[in-house]
Amino acid sequence: MINILFALPEMTVACAAIALLLIGAFRGEKAGGLVTSAAAVSLLAAALVALGGESGVAFFGMFAVDDYRRFVKVLLLIAAAGSLTLAPAFLGGEKKGIKPEYAVLVMLATLGMMLMISAHDWMALYVGLELQNLGLYVLTAFQREEKRSSEAGLKYFMLSAFSSAIMLFGLSLLYGFAGGTGFDDVGKMLAQNPALPIGFVVGLVFVMAGFALKISAAPFHMWTPDVYEGAPLPVTAFLAAVPKIAALSLLAVVLGGPLIAAASVWQPILIVLAVASMALGSFAGLLQKNIKRLMAYSAIANVGTMLVGLVALDPARGGMSVLGLQGVLIYLPVYCVATLGVFGVMAALCQGDAPVESTEALAGLSQTHPWLAFVMAALLFSLAGVPPLAGFFGKYFVLLAAVKAELWPLALIGVLASVVAAGYYLRLIKIMYFDKKEGEALVLAVPRSYAHNGVLALAALFVVLFVLWPAPVIEGARLAAERMLLP
Amino acid sequence: MNNFPLLSLITFLPLVGVMALALLPRGQEEKQVKLARLIALAFAGVTFVASLALPFLYDATAGGFQFIEKAAWMPTMGLEYHRGVDGISLWFVLLSTLLTPLAMVSGFAVKERARSFMAALLLLEVMMIGMFTALDFFLFYVFFEGVLIPMFLIIGVWGGERRVYAAMKFFLYTFLGSVLMLVAIFAMVIKAGSSDMTALMGFAFPKEMAVWLWLAFFASFAVKTPLWPFHTWLPDAHVQAPTAGSVILAGVLLKMGGYGFIRISLQMLPSASAMFAPLVVALSLIAIVYGSLVALAQTDMKKLIAYSSVAHMGYVTLGIFSGTREGLDGAMMVMLSHGLVSAALFLGVGVVYERTHTRAIARLGGVASVMPRFASVFMVLTLAAVGLPGTSGFVGEFMAMQGAWLMDHRAAAVAALGIVLGAVTMLWLYARVFFGVAEKAEVKAMPDLTWREAALFLPLLFLILWMGLYPTTFTRVMDSDVKHLALSIQHLGEEK
Repeated sequence: MINILFALPEMTVACAAIALLLIGAFRGEKAGGLVTSAAAVSLLAAALVALGGESGVAFFGMFAVDDYRRFVKVLLLIAAAGSLTLAPAFLGGEKKGIKPEYAVLVMLATLGMMLMISAHDWMALYVGLELQNLGLYVLTAFQREEKRSSEAGLKYFMLSAFSSAIMLFGLSLLYGFAGGTGFDDVGKMLAQNPALPIGFVVGLVFVMAGFALKISAAPFHMWTPDVYEGAPLPVTAFLAAVPKIAALSLLAVVLGGPLIAAASVWQPILIVLAVASMALGSFAGLLQKNIKRLMAYSAIANVGTMLVGLVALDPARGGMSVLGLQGVLIYLPVYCVATLGVFGVMAALCQGDAPVESTEALAGLSQTHPWLAFVMAALLFSLAGVPPLAGFFGKYFVLLAAVKAELWPLALIGVLASVVAAGYYLRLIKIMYFDKKEGEALVLAVPRSYAHNGVLALAALFVVLFVLWPAPVIEGARLAAERMLLP
Repeated sequence: MNNFPLLSLITFLPLVGVMALALLPRGQEEKQVKLARLIALAFAGVTFVASLALPFLYDATAGGFQFIEKAAWMPTMGLEYHRGVDGISLWFVLLSTLLTPLAMVSGFAVKERARSFMAALLLLEVMMIGMFTALDFFLFYVFFEGVLIPMFLIIGVWGGERRVYAAMKFFLYTFLGSVLMLVAIFAMVIKAGSSDMTALMGFAFPKEMAVWLWLAFFASFAVKTPLWPFHTWLPDAHVQAPTAGSVILAGVLLKMGGYGFIRISLQMLPSASAMFAPLVVALSLIAIVYGSLVALAQTDMKKLIAYSSVAHMGYVTLGIFSGTREGLDGAMMVMLSHGLVSAALFLGVGVVYERTHTRAIARLGGVASVMPRFASVFMVLTLAAVGLPGTSGFVGEFMAMQGAWLMDHRAAAVAALGIVLGAVTMLWLYARVFFGVAEKAEVKAMPDLTWREAALFLPLLFLILWMGLYPTTFTRVMDSDVKHLALSIQHLGEEK
């Protein structure tokens, strides 16, 4: 059945991207600012569209829409729009405006992620993944004249293509054993054969490895710090926040849905990934002197914690724990807001012509730019998981699910890793608040748009005031998780 | 009056103050600082006055939790906004509301970023009161941990030379203890199916599980109290913190550990507490003797008082885990008394530091001859810290010792030795600082207490004497709850 209305949010983004590409092509670079704003608005509009519509499977079993996917898509679109507002301050500047292609590429990558989220078939999943990747490769290398940016783009391309190949190989094995590319085919096959064929297990392991590379879970994280460091700052912000939403939520769909009968295979793998990511992300981050690299390790540690939520199984029902998935769905927005906000503050600062990257450059920020420092400190405390800030709620529900699933060691490692990671978040706060500025005042605020300021203010308000009214996110996440996991 | 949300008012009034400070319009620097101080003090003052209603309205004969507030917070997750005070937590709330405005007045000495300093103190007050009145575990944890952020900033931004080290150590040390508690909270909530602390108090956890839970909570509270050998963060934090920070740290934050031991370890895990009591008693005795001995060797006034705090907290844990009613009463009184006395002592050190910019004992001497008023105030405080009859210090230490005696004569003997050592420490400190001839030029130039400073000490002195002369005012309120608690523990002891 083809019912085009199911894909209305995707159509909105696609049409807007094409229209904006044309505007950019005809008006040239002058239109960059306009295109960027229009792109952000159309992403938000698509989020509104995504809220409505009916649930079901369309396009011959390729494409699914339900409340879970709706929740994740709205989150994704808001995060993508937020990341766009940071771009002009950094990529623009007074002399040259921002290139219009930037916003279009962000939109296309976002479109790929939306397709991934809605995938109900391995082919659809792969197509969405590649659309996302193509956009991200170009974005990473967006500052062509910068050596580091090109290097990062190339590195990202090589490793990502490699991981896609691994995943594709795994998918071909799954297809071979299931006899079809649909998620349902795999589910049916597993229901008929409780004993897993060895080839299927191998395929599953390959698919997991591909996913691990995409979400930068250790030990598949090697590319992350280098790419985050080399990519232009707004792209790093986008990379650190948005693709994680798509990949992690898709992982939950795949593992919690068709592959739940193979939990005995993927659960140990996921546990290893989670522990390695939490440990590595927490400890390695302590050594970083570059904020972008530090945030890369922070991303790895946070992904590790989120994986804990997916590992948890419901002992009573046998499926993926609703509480765990709910925890992940609470964790994702909280993490995205904090990450985007931190990069937003960095995008608002400069050292002469160069962007701020070294941690020491933030020295004395609380006195030169008290509000920016306050926003950054609130977001960092939230990332450290200190109550009453929003970050605590994410950790709380994910780890609660782990304890409920009797994964004691995992919960313990989770809280201990959060203490270690708190070390580097606190170090940044220490540099901003405790250290005095030495030498000349290097760090200046660049002129930024109202949207940029608005995003920073909203991010800070979100993490600080979340405790007063947590119900919308927590209830939304619960509904989404229940719809996804409970029949 | 029954439905009036008094606790919420007391808790969130300071938060309104924080917002008011944040929204303060930019203006002339000096004027703005003055206005900020005024606003902060006004909010803290009103909060204190409002909290005074608690002991009057609390029905001591009935006991139990009163002023209950319950509202849905995250209903599907079983989390509630549930608050209340009983005779035990009531006094801690008052201690917090009393010490915050006093700390603020002493914090007028802070010139740099004064507005943020006041905001941090108000935020700290919110967290402290919230923690003492939380009856939902989630809420409890949020407030318990929330204390870390403002205190971290107070030490780190406005502290002394090694403030960065002290602030980091304080934060990470306590954070590490707390996250273990978080895992224990998860386990309890899942097992009992509720995060309501009053419900958990009656829940019998399986023995083996209770042991692990108890250890996890112990990790958190032993660091917070602090109990030897988990005390090493305290001297650093105290020495580096500004005076106002030390006052709150010693006066209220240390009590969070003792409160946690009573509220959670004792009330929710009584059998495990009985099992581990000998261990805690041993550690407490070590803390009492060791704290006093180390204090003797200190050359810095603040560090000396910090170590004597470790010794005093030893009496608290000794009393709590003696498992007797006398011991519990004593622990409560030591905590209240220490809250007042140590706060006043740190204010005293602040007075000296402001004048001479030193806390080194060797650089002082003969202060009594130039500051007679201050010398008499400090004398009373020293005697109260020593536990002279007639001061608040005596009542608590005596009752804690009584509890220890009932449990084990040897423990009481060691604790008595500690009292002698404590007296030596404090009196020697007094002798070195105040007696003798004022020879050094900076000492000679010290002016006596100003009215502002005197106004800080007077209410504390008054309360110290009141508590020493007529402790019934204070014990009356907590009597029924302490009796109830002691009975439930003794019952367990007999079973064992």
